[in-house]
Amino acid sequence: MKRKNQRTKLLVLAAGLAGVLILIYALGLLIPEKAVEGSFLEAGRPPCLSHPFGTDALGRDLLARTLKGLSVSITVGIVASGVSAGIALLVGIASAMGSRQVDAAVNWIIDLVMGIPHTVLILLISFALGRGMTGLLAGIAATHWCSLARLVRGEVLQQRSRPYIMVSRRLGKSGGWILLHHLFPHLGPQFLAGLVLLFPHAILHEASVSFLGYGLPPEQPAIGIILSESMRYLSAGMWWPAVLPGAALLGVVLLMDRLGEQLRRVLDPVTAQE
Amino acid sequence: MALEAKNVFFRYTRKSPWVLEDCSLTIERGECVAVTGPSGYGKTTLARLLAGWQTPDKGEILADGKPLPTRGPCPVQLICQHPQEAINPRWKLRKVLEESGKLQEDRLGEFGIERAWLDRFAGELSGGELQRFCVARALLSGADYLVCDEISTMLDGITQAQIWETVLKEAKKRNLGIAVITHNFHLAKKLGSRRIDLTAR
Repeated sequence: MKRKNQRTKLLVLAAGLAGVLILIYALGLLIPEKAVEGSFLEAGRPPCLSHPFGTDALGRDLLARTLKGLSVSITVGIVASGVSAGIALLVGIASAMGSRQVDAAVNWIIDLVMGIPHTVLILLISFALGRGMTGLLAGIAATHWCSLARLVRGEVLQQRSRPYIMVSRRLGKSGGWILLHHLFPHLGPQFLAGLVLLFPHAILHEASVSFLGYGLPPEQPAIGIILSESMRYLSAGMWWPAVLPGAALLGVVLLMDRLGEQLRRVLDPVTAQE
Repeated sequence: MALEAKNVFFRYTRKSPWVLEDCSLTIERGECVAVTGPSGYGKTTLARLLAGWQTPDKGEILADGKPLPTRGPCPVQLICQHPQEAINPRWKLRKVLEESGKLQEDRLGEFGIERAWLDRFAGELSGGELQRFCVARALLSGADYLVCDEISTMLDGITQAQIWETVLKEAKKRNLGIAVITHNFHLAKKLGSRRIDLTAR
């Protein structure tokens, strides 16, 4: 009967996944600039022992560049989706708990933002804020909160009419206490799922906007930039600059997805004590 | 010292018919009053009004001569028919009891609650077990009046008897006023010193 607690196992697994992500991030930061300098003697090498991911057309080591790029991607993903999900949480709660006017205003803004194609809006915001990392992050964060905000609003509206909220109020609990103790536990899984789903979105938008020249500067080793550069050489038979960094990006997104899933299982009472 | 409903009118929307029309009743402290009536006669609505979950359109609800407070602990506590809905499924049951004040672990036995249940979630206990938590929560909150809305309808005979025994013992000790809302005439006869029939109006 006394087997290892499922919750402990899940937590260990989640910690392991988070550890791998942090490791990739740290490796990207620790790799010196020198490692990504080009050398034309080494240009266009397919994967070999000294260059496991090969080199690109300018002779830069692709493994080092990919790791650096992944750490940029993880930063963009976490910051942009975190800020975006935070906005969604605040806006969703304000919409559900506030007056009818607040609700109407929020819904109008959500419709407005959702009505404009993401890429166009990100381009505008990123350009207005002077491109680079700041502009890009602001652009992605400002465009991705809408659907999650709607979800949060719906969840709050659904939960606040439940009898246990009424019981809590009659037991003398304040609105803030109820929000914190009754509603937040219900919003947690939605929030996490939203965060995880935003992560690949943010990375891919970063890549596409950088590709169009309105995001990160071209010398920065971001995955989006590596991929867009690789397109030029793909027809010459250089498959490795596209495939390997792409697969690495996919791996990171999947890791993030697993991490979110583990956290959800720990937090959900149906599976938490299995 | 009584819980009073004075000429209460209530309807759910402005266009719907009155659920309760000119309804008055008094429940003294230390008294157990049974409110009976068939389905759809406003038993649950009356329970919600008495406990301040809803406010009457006309008339007033007074506890010890004062209107029910809109914030802060309410002297009238309602125990609902469905314990599953009255307990947050994402909480451990320890927190459910702590919500009504400090957890008194030595008193759990009186309510038929086992200590091991405290670390479980609501989905891991049966309806009868959960209802004991709802009863304990209402009684430990320090309320002066209890409104029991069909609290034992879906329980087996033994559990039903146990829960009522707990409620009545506590009521006697603290001189609580109790409104028992039920459509079970036998239960009403057994518990109530007085019976109020909603079909009579």
